[in-house]
Amino acid sequence: MTIVVVMEQVPDVVEELAIAPSGTDLDRDAVSYVLNEYDDHALEEALLLAEASGDEVVAVGIDTTGELDQTLYTALAKGARRAIKLTGDFEGTWLSTRAAARLLVPVIQELGPRLVLTGVQAPDDLDGQLAPTLAALLGWPHASVVIGSELVDGVVQVRKELWGGITMTLELELPAVLGVQAARQAPRYVPISRVRQVMREASIETREVEAPDGLVPAVTTLRVPEQAGRAEILTGSPAEIADRIIELLRARGLL
Amino acid sequence: MDPSLKKVAEVWERETAIVEGMDISGPWNRMFGQRVIWDYSPDLIEEIAQLPGAESFAWCYQCGKCVPVCPVDVVGDYGPRKLYRRAQTGINLLDSPDLWLCTTCANCLRVCPKLVDMVQIMPAAREHAMLTGRAIPAELQEALENTAIYGNPLGQPARKREAWVKDAGVPVPILHQIQRPVEWLWWVECYPSYHPRGIDASIALARIFNALGLDFAILGREEKCAGDSQRLAGERGLFEMLAEENIRTLAKYEFRHIVVTDPHALNAFRKHYPKLGGQYDVWHYTTLLARELPKLQPLLTKSLPYRVTFHDPCYLGRHNGEYDAPRQLIQALPGVEFVEMLRCRENSYCCGGGGGGMWLDSFAAGHQRRRLSEERVLEAVSTGADTLVVCCPYEVSRFEDAAKSTGVEGRLRVRDIAELLAEAMGLIGEDAA
Repeated sequence: MTIVVVMEQVPDVVEELAIAPSGTDLDRDAVSYVLNEYDDHALEEALLLAEASGDEVVAVGIDTTGELDQTLYTALAKGARRAIKLTGDFEGTWLSTRAAARLLVPVIQELGPRLVLTGVQAPDDLDGQLAPTLAALLGWPHASVVIGSELVDGVVQVRKELWGGITMTLELELPAVLGVQAARQAPRYVPISRVRQVMREASIETREVEAPDGLVPAVTTLRVPEQAGRAEILTGSPAEIADRIIELLRARGLL
Repeated sequence: MDPSLKKVAEVWERETAIVEGMDISGPWNRMFGQRVIWDYSPDLIEEIAQLPGAESFAWCYQCGKCVPVCPVDVVGDYGPRKLYRRAQTGINLLDSPDLWLCTTCANCLRVCPKLVDMVQIMPAAREHAMLTGRAIPAELQEALENTAIYGNPLGQPARKREAWVKDAGVPVPILHQIQRPVEWLWWVECYPSYHPRGIDASIALARIFNALGLDFAILGREEKCAGDSQRLAGERGLFEMLAEENIRTLAKYEFRHIVVTDPHALNAFRKHYPKLGGQYDVWHYTTLLARELPKLQPLLTKSLPYRVTFHDPCYLGRHNGEYDAPRQLIQALPGVEFVEMLRCRENSYCCGGGGGGMWLDSFAAGHQRRRLSEERVLEAVSTGADTLVVCCPYEVSRFEDAAKSTGVEGRLRVRDIAELLAEAMGLIGEDAA
């Protein structure tokens, strides 16, 4: 049986992001991309499930960056059996989560998996809509903020995080969609020699798809956040620092 | 029972043993009973020795010369002989913390009559462990992932690699900007480009190069980690990827020699880049500056009232045979009193940073009485020195941290040779640039 992992590349915020002259997009020549960290956890969780159950993991992604191959080859090197890349006329745009979900649904239906895992959120999906939207379009049950899962007797038992450190265990009928917050263990390391071997020996399946109309958000302005506050580092002896803290607290009427 | 442990055949005692007419029956007679090596399973030794590069693991004949010279054994329980013995008794190196504790310092190889070569065994065994899906220590994983993405183990932006140049106070030409041939391509490396104390040494060295009128330039953001320590940590594929990219970048520019800050880069360029098609004339900066001493000496005008000792970097000394150049430079410093540590030159101790140890600090510390770097700063202090001089970019931060954690911070300062030279030349102040 099959477990699908939906993976996305996002701008790497370690490198400084620059705004394009148009003022409505990032300077894509200067942007480098990395795998959305939650998708990395979704892949790890899927691999752990598959190792226990014998399922086949299929990594699926929409290539909005032109660089998705690297991510998919790494997924294959880590243990995914197949990798499918959706390409189309949307390179260089930002797809809305709903548009992405609509592109993904036909592939998922074709693969007929018993589970779909994806990251709980992404920098372009901070509301975490992808997993619930996929579930709604597929008509399948769904859980998000998942921090562990297990396939038991034809259902999936899912641990999800609530608030204040409370976790909840759910049982979902299959097939189901999971938005993964964290895998049971840290995403595994795959040596580059294995990735390079996979790049020589395996191939990524490519599907040409058409972006749905009207679902690409129109950006009017994009800007770097303005500095909102400042920090002061207190120096001196502990006694001097303590005096200064008291002075600051008094000045704000907190003492 | 730990499933990685294997049951070995029973050791036989004879009820009666008569050797050369003497009755030596008793529980201690097992010493004289038949007890060939096959009382133990050779499987785990073979599993390592069948890996390309790791063949010599099986050559050990248990003489034990390696153990007292092993820097890890000084603070723990280690050495090739012990690893071999553990494999014999059922402990799989691939699943043991031992796999990550060797710093590939090569002091064992220096004394080994059988040429058991941990410098080759360790990377092969570590790569095999990774390829067979064994977990690797998290801190090492982070450094390797950072190197793959950003070209440096610190996870710093590639574009900021040349940012230190603006603080140098002297021209530091960058090849992609100047587009002209140079005599010396200065391979700055990661820590000297990003780490604050590494940058101090880079600025000092840039000022010295300028004072000497050296025709040099750096690659800046185009430079990626030379990758030697990642290779030794078991990431041959990552090393090859970095080397291929660096060789392509170097092919774009004209230069006559490479001068490196980092002995690990020296090792990579001398021994491993040629196999991938990168042939260069590579110098460590201490070798270059020692050659320039006739020009340098008159510029060393300021007397430095320091009692100094020197730590030989493993990858400059034992691995690449350069012991004299750093000492010539130190002895050229006016006012400086130089004392050797007991463990110096060929028998130098290891800072613990090599072979991936730089990114296994917490992991290794959990298996050792004290860090190798801590052992070393205490040795430095015992000489009565107030300054520990280094010339490998791993060492300033490692030894400064160790001086703090051992409580000798106020008594011992750690300085790169370039910093002391620049200070004696009046190019930097006493504290840094």
